[in-house]
Amino acid sequence: MSYQIPKFRHPELPVNDLGYTKADYEGSISTLCAGCGHDSISGAIVKACHELSIPPHMIAKMSGIGCSSKSPTYFLGKSHGFNSVHGRMPSVVTGAAMANRDLIYLGVSGDGDTASIGMGQFAHVARRNLNMVYIVMNNGCYGLTKGQDSATADEGSVSKKGDANVFSAIDLCSTALQMGATFVARSFSGDKDQLVPLIKAAISHRGFALIDVVSPCVTFNNNAGSTKSYEFVREHAEATGTVDFVPMQKEITTDYEPGSSHEVTLHDGSSIHLYKMSENLDPFDRTSALMNMENHRTAGDILTGLIYMDKDSRDLHDVLETSRRPLNTLDTEDLCPGNQMLKNINASLR
Amino acid sequence: MKRIESVNDFVIKFANVNGTGSASANNMFAKALFRMGLPVCPKNIFPSNIQGLPTWYEVRVSEKGYLGRRGGVDIALSVNPQSMAQDIKEVEEGGYFIYDDTKPLDLRLMRNDVNIIGIPLTRICNEEYTDPRQRQLFKNVIYVGALAALLDMDFKVLTDLVKDQFKGKEKLILPNIHALELGHQYVKANLECPIGIRVKTSDQVGDKILLDGNTALGLGAIYGGATVAAWYPITPSTSVVDAYEKYVRRVRIDPGTGEKNYAIVQAEDELSAIGMVIGASWNGARAFTATSGPGISLMSEFLGLAYFAEIPTVLIDVQRAGPSTGMPTRTQQSDVLSAAYASHGDTKQVLLFPATPKECFDFGAMSFDLAERLQTPIIIMTDLDLGMNDNMSEPLEWDDNRAYDRGKVMTAEQLEEGVEFGRYLDVDGDAICYRTYPGAHPKRGAFFTRGTSRDEYAVYTERGEEYEKNMLRLMRKWDTIKEYVPEPEVVTAAEKTDVAVLYYGTSEESSRESLDFLAEEGVHLDAMRVRAFPFNDDVKAFIENHKQVFVIEQNRDAQLRTLLMAEFEFGPDKLKSVLCFDGTPISARNISKQIKQHLNGGEVQPLHRTKIAGQAGE
Repeated sequence: MSYQIPKFRHPELPVNDLGYTKADYEGSISTLCAGCGHDSISGAIVKACHELSIPPHMIAKMSGIGCSSKSPTYFLGKSHGFNSVHGRMPSVVTGAAMANRDLIYLGVSGDGDTASIGMGQFAHVARRNLNMVYIVMNNGCYGLTKGQDSATADEGSVSKKGDANVFSAIDLCSTALQMGATFVARSFSGDKDQLVPLIKAAISHRGFALIDVVSPCVTFNNNAGSTKSYEFVREHAEATGTVDFVPMQKEITTDYEPGSSHEVTLHDGSSIHLYKMSENLDPFDRTSALMNMENHRTAGDILTGLIYMDKDSRDLHDVLETSRRPLNTLDTEDLCPGNQMLKNINASLR
Repeated sequence: MKRIESVNDFVIKFANVNGTGSASANNMFAKALFRMGLPVCPKNIFPSNIQGLPTWYEVRVSEKGYLGRRGGVDIALSVNPQSMAQDIKEVEEGGYFIYDDTKPLDLRLMRNDVNIIGIPLTRICNEEYTDPRQRQLFKNVIYVGALAALLDMDFKVLTDLVKDQFKGKEKLILPNIHALELGHQYVKANLECPIGIRVKTSDQVGDKILLDGNTALGLGAIYGGATVAAWYPITPSTSVVDAYEKYVRRVRIDPGTGEKNYAIVQAEDELSAIGMVIGASWNGARAFTATSGPGISLMSEFLGLAYFAEIPTVLIDVQRAGPSTGMPTRTQQSDVLSAAYASHGDTKQVLLFPATPKECFDFGAMSFDLAERLQTPIIIMTDLDLGMNDNMSEPLEWDDNRAYDRGKVMTAEQLEEGVEFGRYLDVDGDAICYRTYPGAHPKRGAFFTRGTSRDEYAVYTERGEEYEKNMLRLMRKWDTIKEYVPEPEVVTAAEKTDVAVLYYGTSEESSRESLDFLAEEGVHLDAMRVRAFPFNDDVKAFIENHKQVFVIEQNRDAQLRTLLMAEFEFGPDKLKSVLCFDGTPISARNISKQIKQHLNGGEVQPLHRTKIAGQAGE
């Protein structure tokens, strides 16, 4: 591996209540493209967990397959991780959470992973209100297979091939709300000031917490006409014999006030309009949350912030009335009913 | 006219309409014989619908204790006009055809070599009951009462059974006994009875029980310590989780708090069900799912992950007739290959083949020990015949001194002591590595579980030598597994022979009956029942030590034979197939016929594909 994380840390890095520095929450160095929004989200996760003073080993980081799903390697190196199969992270988390309710389950997924192959599991984990944080790193395209449209790509948006998407987009926040999710938020990868508190709130929420994070793809969210496009770079790179050159890009960041709208320019020169939820909006009403999102979508904005939260949420363990003691701590003496019960059963079968 | 005469040895087949409540009446008949001390083998042959189509219930009674299907029908009790033509055709020469003669029998169906017995079931019901539902339900009970007279059964056994069956619903006891008496009295007064076939109280049952394999597996999961069940309903496996739920509620709910020491999640599909099992097992709970062939197809991707990432997983496959949706309510052993090599890439899965309810219970409980010890999926391969039919079985037993084998899990203390931890390090030389549960230790023991290639410390790598090292270790682990799975059972023939049979699962009972029959004719065959895949060296030696081995199985493509050839590289000439794949359980007559055809030489073929199985229904 040519990349290595430097061991040196500033001796006066701030420590949290557990005495851990932020470095204790970091993972391996990222192998995503330089400037990828996903890395910013990883950074926000690190910051949120550090600030909340969560023991890193009490977090289970779970994912499916794809660029986003690779990211758990890049944060929380002292936590157990699980990189499952494409789109099927929610079921693995459901089982894991059933086995041990004492851990914090942090699922990371992408728009391909969640909105296509994993749409079924996403819908059902939301409706079961599993106690987990579900972060979607949403860039509207498939990075690992070189830029096909995903199901969250907007109708009319142009892929790297130059074709305009002819299908309507799936809005994950609306879907989650309709499926019964009890915490729904949207943010932008470059807006740490907004994203970090949202992650903290999601971790504290008891039940299913979705954060859909718009996270631009530096390599594939471009168009054929752009001089910064992949096509353009590749054409020029081929002259030097390099066939798989990914341009280094800067991370896009932004900072704006609640209740205001802000235009963010992406790597390809296109732009998106973010609207940060006003503090006056009521995030405790599911119907108005849906309406707010729809109103902003119609206006061409992406509504960001905490869109909905059910303060009285009952998670899956509450509904199933599972024991307080984690099921994975039970052993023979707790679980085995003994031979006498079998004798009684045998007697009833004659 | 010839009349079949026998005591405690016959096959009776009930032909009913699905959804009319006949199953419980037929079951009452079988259970009464069982209580009279007679070995019985009831088999439900039902359609994949809820109401209206023909359904059959076949009961084999055998003083000698043969519990498989024999083949042929001695008594047909037909109350379904839709299937009457077929039902009367199936009766053996000299056998008995009992029908509802409220309407006269269609003369075109008449057979002169069969004893025809008419009982006006509908007329009796119409005279006795005004409510249409009662007319329908009690018609079935009336024919059980009639049979009691025709077969000279102990009537008190039936009335006692009714009393036991409706304990808690006392209002139903007298009406049911009355219906039994209606049938009984009509026959006594109007027909010659008993007929040539009769039953006599016996003592061949001992302490045995009558239980279906799915319930036994549900109980096995409880005794094996399963705390998480994730499943998606599919025939014929649904009743496994139903049984688990029924019994686990009795023993694992804290009476004070109402808290449950278990979690059952009905998943949205089979992909999700197996994903939940893998997640729970990864996190240190014992978890299982139950499914059938179509579910195995859907679960395959996840099974590959569990194999490669080495996550304990318990999966119960109650097989039915495929391919595709096939015949959902008919039995087969046709998932053997898809389960053995489930998922893409070089994958091998551990299979267990129980043959009785007792073994379903034992293997069910044991599978959790195996899964955790071996850190790999364990697939219990049963089938509809064993799973959904009552089978006579040894009683269930548990050794109260037995503790679960939780396998190689590194504790917080061991990690604290600084023992080197690498998730895929072969420390003990048995190719099974240590794992840690998430949250075990603040600083040590965390690792990344993934389906991608990794090194011994679970770090992602695409280096060829690391990948090969891992895959070769998994092959060595396969050898270790052979020491842990149930060994095969051998029955040596009375006379020395170089020909043998090999069978597994529900083919056992019919196979053994067939071997007894062939021995009487001077054909002696050694027998082996394979109980697990990977096959151990005994299986190899057994085949090597015989010139020819018949592999008896219930599928078209001789799947176990293929597996034996693939694993041991036997040539096709060594192994001959005896097959049945019409969706009904293989019968002893069918097996005998096929073996005799092979042994006569004329039809021996080098490849099983050119050999046709016994005719449907045999």
